[in-house]
Amino acid sequence: MRIRRFLRLLPVVPSVLLLLVFLMAPVAWSFYASFTDAALSGKAARDPQWVGADNYVRMFSDDSFPLAAWLTVVFVAASAVLGQNVLGLLIALLMTRSRRAVASWVGTAVVAAWVLPEIVAAFAAYAYFNRDGTLNQVLGAFGSAGPDWLYSFPLVAIVLANTWRGTAFSMLVYRAALADVPRDVTEAALMDGARGWQRLAFITLPLIRSSIATNLMLITLQTLAVFTLIWVMTAGGPANASTTLPVLAYQEAFKFGDIGYGTAVASVLILLGMVFGAVYVRLLREQKS
Amino acid sequence: MRRPVIKVPVIKTPVMQMPLKYAPVKFAVTLVSVAAVLAAATSCSPTPEAAESKSLKIVYQKTDSFTALDAVMQDAKKEFEASNTGVTVDLQPIQANDDDYGTKLALAQRSGDTAPDVFYEDTFKVRSDVDAGYLLKLDGYLEKWDDWAAFSEAAKEAGRADDGGIYAVPLGTDTRAIWYNKTVLQKAGIQVPWQPKSWDEILTAARAMKAASPDVIPFNMYAGKGTGEGTVMQGFYELLYGTDSSLYDVDAKKWVVGSQGFTDSLTFLKTLYDEKLAVSPAEALDANVWKKVFGEWFPQGKLGATVEGSYTPSFWQKGGAYEWAGYEQDMGVAMFPTQKGQDPGGVSMSGGWTLAVGAKSRNPELAFSFLTTALNKKNALAYDINNSQIAVRTDVASEPEYLAANPFVKDVSDLVKVTHYRPATADYPRISTAVQVATESVITGKQSPEDAAAEYDATVRKLVGEDKVLEK
Repeated sequence: MRIRRFLRLLPVVPSVLLLLVFLMAPVAWSFYASFTDAALSGKAARDPQWVGADNYVRMFSDDSFPLAAWLTVVFVAASAVLGQNVLGLLIALLMTRSRRAVASWVGTAVVAAWVLPEIVAAFAAYAYFNRDGTLNQVLGAFGSAGPDWLYSFPLVAIVLANTWRGTAFSMLVYRAALADVPRDVTEAALMDGARGWQRLAFITLPLIRSSIATNLMLITLQTLAVFTLIWVMTAGGPANASTTLPVLAYQEAFKFGDIGYGTAVASVLILLGMVFGAVYVRLLREQKS
Repeated sequence: MRRPVIKVPVIKTPVMQMPLKYAPVKFAVTLVSVAAVLAAATSCSPTPEAAESKSLKIVYQKTDSFTALDAVMQDAKKEFEASNTGVTVDLQPIQANDDDYGTKLALAQRSGDTAPDVFYEDTFKVRSDVDAGYLLKLDGYLEKWDDWAAFSEAAKEAGRADDGGIYAVPLGTDTRAIWYNKTVLQKAGIQVPWQPKSWDEILTAARAMKAASPDVIPFNMYAGKGTGEGTVMQGFYELLYGTDSSLYDVDAKKWVVGSQGFTDSLTFLKTLYDEKLAVSPAEALDANVWKKVFGEWFPQGKLGATVEGSYTPSFWQKGGAYEWAGYEQDMGVAMFPTQKGQDPGGVSMSGGWTLAVGAKSRNPELAFSFLTTALNKKNALAYDINNSQIAVRTDVASEPEYLAANPFVKDVSDLVKVTHYRPATADYPRISTAVQVATESVITGKQSPEDAAAEYDATVRKLVGEDKVLEK
């Protein structure tokens, strides 16, 4: 009996090993390094010293960390939870009711942004929001001079760019989920006289709840880790106006060479991701029971 | 009537599997890349003596507008391989700006497997990289190198570390000056050659240019984090070192805080930007603004003057990134004045780059030998001319070909008399960033010069500790 159980687990051993080596080990390193003064240059590069919680203490006395944490939360809430999630659901719903041709055109247009490699999408967004970019040229054609988006409204620009880039993912998830909603339930509601929004709120959404939770978890984690898009568009500036935690971690570790502090920021980011993950997993479990 | 639901074929991917795979992988990749570096950081154990491979890895910087060093390296490779049979020279140019080049180099130096044998190193990083154990001490090798005597005494200091040993050999040095477009100045009735005697004279001239031709940028100075080290080297330090203050007290080995000079320098920048005598703040924060300075504004007569390095002609001369035949006639160079014209009347900043041998090199003798080939008289002359460097070899400095390279060689070389060097301590890069932040806050109107200076002081105290600051 025991042997059979062991044999059954055997196929997953390689993937578990790979996860341990390539995922857990780096996380463990990052966590360890955040308690040292490891650096790119200087004495600490040769011989990093254990500094206890110094990096974490510094984090909370440093003005740029609370700002970056706040910007990260706003960025995730605005571009993932609100932007990608709601827009993705809306498009998916409209697609179920639109003509085949319209739906496939819209689908292609939305997915196009998601298919682009991140660096290409980031350059496209930069070219769009730039001072002399597409957006301002279009505005100029209508006779209004647009602001310098990346300078005056950096957070708005990166939120819109990330929404544009990521909506396809939510749309695909919801397309699949909506296809699984049994038609007889919706029809029964229709017979009982439920209106469109009532069918959505009381029938469709509760039925796809688990997809919503899964989708939210995935896009939250993805958006927490967004770096290239922001780095290319604003590099975290002007000043620190669009420095989210990944950008801050990168700057500290690689621009200022303070790997200890950079990994401390990265560790907080990992914790933040775990908290979000735990909340969503819990949501999923609750509705199953 | 209920509309029939039309089934639309979605892109046929197994949707519910894709996301599950995609997101964690991406997240993991981010973690892995952060942590991979850390793994490298702490596992610097020396690699066991591998089989003697006769190959040298040379790492240096190469960009669209900086190819002079690449040319020298290609030549040196040919020369070296011809005279050392069986040795391969593996040239690995890194395409990056100065900041990213430094990061990539530092990362490569963490492991013996990736560390270069010979590399291009910024003078201000020499000390902290020696502390990190990246550079090989060269004293023993230099003794046996006859050419070493040809290097000027001041230049030799560039490679000296805290322990008194020499760890790097300079390629060339540079100074900073005001570069101005004569046509723009003459249009405003300013006599050329122009030499302002104080900050006020700069402002007067700039205002005159603004009045004469409203769409030119009269006098630009870099500011903000976008231009990085350029902000301080070609901008803020020319101001600060021309006041009675400085950034760092060399004798006391302490950072200066609370100085009037610092606030005055910020105020000068504020005046330039507020009166629109410089570029708009948004343009100033663009990391590529310098490309417009050299490539568009100066050649097109849209810029009156700016503070830039002695290497400026390298962009315009034949083969440069922004060839401009008329620069020799149209451009002029002036010394940046001190605040009120106090002694010594002018100020300049110097930096420069060196070549160094990696401490983890498996063939240090051979690596040093390659370094001497790359820096021999012929190659040094070619490099100094093509990159408009100020020569550090006295035999190169007296070559007629070098002196005739462009009309400005003498003017910018003379600035060595009033020049300053950055404090080459390990804390410096962060302090530099703090200065850049202060300039950015001021030109964008986020803070007054007094507030920005106060925040700079607070940052410095936090960075280096109370015992390493000096109230002045």
